[in-house]
Amino acid sequence: MAVKSRKESKHPGRLAFSFRRHMHERFIEMLLFMAALCSVLIMLAIVIMLVKESYVFFQHVSIWDFLTDTEWTPLFDNAHYGILPLVSGTVVSSMVALTVALPLGTIIAIYLSEFAPFAVREIAKPFLELLGGVPTIVYGYFALLFVTPLLQVFFPELPGFNLLSAGLVMGIMIIPYVSSMTEDAMRAVPMNLREGSYAMGATRFQTAIRVVMPAAFSGIAAAYILGISRAVGETMVVAIAAGMQPNLTWNPAEPAATITAYIVQVSLGDLPHGSIGYQTIFAAGLTLLLITLAFNIIGHILRKRYREIY
Amino acid sequence: MQNKPELNLDSIQYKSEVKNLCFHYGEFNALQNINMVLHDKQITALIGPSGCGKSTFLRCFNRMHDLYPGNRYDGDIILYPDDVNILSEYVDPIEVRMRISMVFQKPNPFPKSIYENVAYGLRVRGIKKRSIIDEKVESALRNAALWDEVKDRIHELAFNLSGGQQQRLCIARALATDPEILLFDEPTSALDPIATASIEELIADLKSKVTILIVTHNMQQAARVSDYTAYMYLGELIEFGVTDTIFIKPKNKQTEDYITGRFG
Amino acid sequence: MQPDKQLEDIRAIIARHKRWDMMFLVAGVISLMIAVLTFIALFSHMLIDGMPRLSWEFFTSYPSRHPEAAGILSAWVGTTLVMIVTALSAVPLGIGAGVYLEEYAPKNFLTEIIEINVTNLAGVPSIIYGLLALGLFVYQLSLGQSILAAGLALALLILPVVIVATREAIRSIPVTIREGSYALGATKWQTVYDHILPYSAPGILTGVIIGLARAIGETAPIITIGALTFIAFLPPSPVKEEFPFLSFEWLMAPFTVMPIQMFNWVSRPEEEFQFNAAAAGLVLVVMTLAMNGLAIYLRYRMRKKIKW
Repeated sequence: MAVKSRKESKHPGRLAFSFRRHMHERFIEMLLFMAALCSVLIMLAIVIMLVKESYVFFQHVSIWDFLTDTEWTPLFDNAHYGILPLVSGTVVSSMVALTVALPLGTIIAIYLSEFAPFAVREIAKPFLELLGGVPTIVYGYFALLFVTPLLQVFFPELPGFNLLSAGLVMGIMIIPYVSSMTEDAMRAVPMNLREGSYAMGATRFQTAIRVVMPAAFSGIAAAYILGISRAVGETMVVAIAAGMQPNLTWNPAEPAATITAYIVQVSLGDLPHGSIGYQTIFAAGLTLLLITLAFNIIGHILRKRYREIY
Repeated sequence: MQNKPELNLDSIQYKSEVKNLCFHYGEFNALQNINMVLHDKQITALIGPSGCGKSTFLRCFNRMHDLYPGNRYDGDIILYPDDVNILSEYVDPIEVRMRISMVFQKPNPFPKSIYENVAYGLRVRGIKKRSIIDEKVESALRNAALWDEVKDRIHELAFNLSGGQQQRLCIARALATDPEILLFDEPTSALDPIATASIEELIADLKSKVTILIVTHNMQQAARVSDYTAYMYLGELIEFGVTDTIFIKPKNKQTEDYITGRFG
Repeated sequence: MQPDKQLEDIRAIIARHKRWDMMFLVAGVISLMIAVLTFIALFSHMLIDGMPRLSWEFFTSYPSRHPEAAGILSAWVGTTLVMIVTALSAVPLGIGAGVYLEEYAPKNFLTEIIEINVTNLAGVPSIIYGLLALGLFVYQLSLGQSILAAGLALALLILPVVIVATREAIRSIPVTIREGSYALGATKWQTVYDHILPYSAPGILTGVIIGLARAIGETAPIITIGALTFIAFLPPSPVKEEFPFLSFEWLMAPFTVMPIQMFNWVSRPEEEFQFNAAAAGLVLVVMTLAMNGLAIYLRYRMRKKIKW
């Protein structure tokens, strides 16, 4: 049935492919493809670099010790290599940050998406974006020299380095990320859903909570998860304001090092390439990468799902 | 309709011949076994209810389907005088598009100046000489009946033109490279009646220079401008013939129902 | 009596719902105010501490052990040079990748991998890029703790930003424009070069500016590659008097950048150095705010101007 004569006319004459043009096009396509492939190569390079150095590290230190030892003192004579103190610092500072960023970010997003008049939104959105553009080192400075002294007025026994003020400032810093992604998700909810709710006599608040938020659920969840991943990976605020002493604690009022702060501390010193100290930062980095990667993948899946709905 | 000259079929050459054309979008069989011809320097209209495949068919002529993955052609569209099947895998779609131009449903000028819009097809062909481009741009704009309206602002942005002017600009853009066939995909569906009339008039004038294939959802338009009409339904060519015959004495019952408005 | 009672009930419910609405409105405004006030506090605190230090000498002096004599000359020169490397490497690569993914990439497994990868790269903490740069650029490729190594590290960091901005800008160009170009016999690259790139340029530029603003403030990756913090000299000049007039020695020179200089001062115990930190922070914030503001303005103008 299928007519095969299409293949028969092999002499297209004037209509034939121009070899030069064809090669030129292929060459450019290859170049662009290599640019795109770079992203994969970077990811591979990151993984290889971290795994390679960590592998050497784990030949000295067993994974069991790494995960269960409660001390992290790799640079001391009596070296302990337990990641838990760094993880606890990371978890506590992130928790404080998220207690600030998630509620405030969500409220701001609901307000901007469902309540705010057009003019407020037009001003508030760029402003939040600017807030997200402030360098993290500046936030670190602010946490150490403004927020901590301010908190000390109320809690005189609070040490100069503490997880609390680092976490609070980090929370403020993450608000723009959470609010803008949450708002995007909520704005993607079709208008007719809202109109349906208003037509039943619901108020704006009820519509936002009962109709828009459930509809935007996976987008909002993705925003939260990316917020978490940012809090976990944040470096300068904690390195400056929370101190760099590993400390297994769940109390935000104490100083403690996070995974990231530890890497900064080691980098500030002068560790020889190839020493065990040098390898510890790669092991710490690998731990950090795995944590953030897990969150990113969950966030990616959630975001993909909410894009598919409408 | 009445004042058209009698057509003498024997004296008109074929510009293109479609043989057993099938077209698939992935699994979907969009066109089935189409056979028809395009007469040289004549206007052929494709009519039929929406979704019948007339735009799909039109886009086979300049291989636009090659731009998207999962499309497959079967059968031939022979282009004369080369006597080459332009759907052949040995034919470069770029070369085909250089000889078969297209005007789209919605005016789609580039966000460049009027001059650059018309000159683009020439630049793509590697023509660099300013004097040649100037001359071609002017003649294309004249042929598209736009020259008098824009000659003083030829370097202004094309977006500032009205919808009808934009569409005539797109026609000028297609004409600048002296194509052999001009494809129109519902060229007036986004325009008001006055702009539509001017485009129709223009199409009728262009007949002396170029072979025209036009898709239209408007039967009156087909009757007004075309010499030949093809009625398509569900991816099949139901009837093809001289426009007057199709509209006055269609052979096929389906065609008659559609034309008399009992259908569609 | 009965209908009146019902009516009253309904009115009470409506009133209660309206109170909720009002309460939430207040909560929204307060939340927004917290963000605004924090920013004002941050800015004014730095302004009060740093303003007295801001003088012409501050910009033209090297760092020093004496806080009142210290300046940011080597820092801002270093930042400028690092940004040049970053922009020159991230922009072509990012635009190329974005164009490939939007215009060329077939729908297959490899493309999907690349796309997921770009998303993941955007979520990798900046300090990890620092570790990559330390292992790969500083030691493996023996670039040392140089401007080149730092510039490349930051380029990797902002690459996802440029790619995503490019893709979004390209995606906003309607398909009819592409078809118009192809229908005239343009090849894919002609279509990209003559239409896609020029029309998406403002959007891409916005993304590039936002990316560079982020790179300027990045501290962690630069610390990780072990950049020195006390640099009292400038890298060799890129312009020479004799032929060939250009020199690339500066690429391999040690350097410091604005955020590193600020970090250095913040970690000093003496209070006078904190004032220097505030002044450096002020310069940094004004720089990043200006860049982000420019990007926002560009986007705003673009939205108003282009209507396809």
